[in-house]
Amino acid sequence: MKKTKIIVVAAVAVVLGGSILWAADHIDAPAVTNQTTDITDVYAFKGADANSRVFVANTQGLLDPTKSATAKFDANTLVEFNIDNNNDNVEDLVIQAVYDGTNIKFYGPVKPSATGTKSKLEGPVTATVAVTPYGAATPTVATGTNGMKVFAGPRDDPFFFDLTQYKHVIAGDTTAFRAKGTDTFAGTNVMSIVVEVPVALLGTSSGKVNLWVETKKKL
Amino acid sequence: MKKTFINIFLVSSVLLVTVASCKKDTATTPATVVYYEGGDQMARPAINTVFVDAAAKDSFNNTIPTMMSGRFLNKFKARLAALNPGYTTNALGQTADVLSGLLVTDVLNVSTTGTTTFFDGTNVLTGRTLADDVIDVELILLFGGPDGKGNPGLTSDHVNANDKAFSATFPYLASPW
Repeated sequence: MKKTKIIVVAAVAVVLGGSILWAADHIDAPAVTNQTTDITDVYAFKGADANSRVFVANTQGLLDPTKSATAKFDANTLVEFNIDNNNDNVEDLVIQAVYDGTNIKFYGPVKPSATGTKSKLEGPVTATVAVTPYGAATPTVATGTNGMKVFAGPRDDPFFFDLTQYKHVIAGDTTAFRAKGTDTFAGTNVMSIVVEVPVALLGTSSGKVNLWVETKKKL
Repeated sequence: MKKTFINIFLVSSVLLVTVASCKKDTATTPATVVYYEGGDQMARPAINTVFVDAAAKDSFNNTIPTMMSGRFLNKFKARLAALNPGYTTNALGQTADVLSGLLVTDVLNVSTTGTTTFFDGTNVLTGRTLADDVIDVELILLFGGPDGKGNPGLTSDHVNANDKAFSATFPYLASPW
């Protein structure tokens, strides 16, 4: 009886472990899996202020409540929003976020001294916000000297997807999704960095920008 | 084991950098510039995870957007053909080459003047809201054929919303579980 139970538990663990392979970008690549550099999702949308745009960078996915209580940002990880405002897919501006042990400090939007995969902190700090503690009744938010709103802390993972069934489809175990799917990300959290940037700071005359997020380790 | 190796590697890198800067700093002492490099990269949801094979995932994450098409376009085309051998065009009228070409340069297009949505029936790739069912959109474009109705078992995962309500005010994401 006991042995059967152990085998069942082991089998379930294998199934679960094997299923956590595809997501929006959760655990997408070996070098970042289970690290503070692992980006789970990027969002960009119009929030409450029609003259601003909200950019979200989520990291460290699949945090259950226990893990969330001790999850931290990493002082050696830079989170960088790259903004291309002339449609050539090269960053013209960056917004950088880095943890100092208590607060997240933000730099930009500012033209980086060099484009590409290697970065340094650019210019003066434009906003600072204390990391909202897990369990806080209300999120701690701040507004920077340039009018940019900022937030950092644990949040519910907004991503939803029946990842388990997708994995079965891709593996050829089945040919269809379930009639009623199960959200693999239900009940899990991420470490979020959210900025709401006045459009005037994005330097675009075409009415659009291209956005991508990078995480980078301190060298 | 792997993690230990990475840690050792990182420590070695730091030591090397430190030694190098010590040599340079003998005459003058300029402020040490701290650089950051190597990690993750993402824009549109699920692109690296779906289209890039396991061996190349780290490489894709460290490729700047302007280089992505040159390095990965053929891989994206092959992956699309493998996922949906019957692909003709999709609901946006895109051929396999056009769709692969669009997705391979992984940047998220964001409207700064109008509606922001991954796809709302009218606007296409003008942003990504928290509530956008991006997986269904991608499944429809990959599997749904010219009218979006092909392969009905594959065009929705039937998870259509988040498990917590979003906030109408900054920072918009729901409080953690």
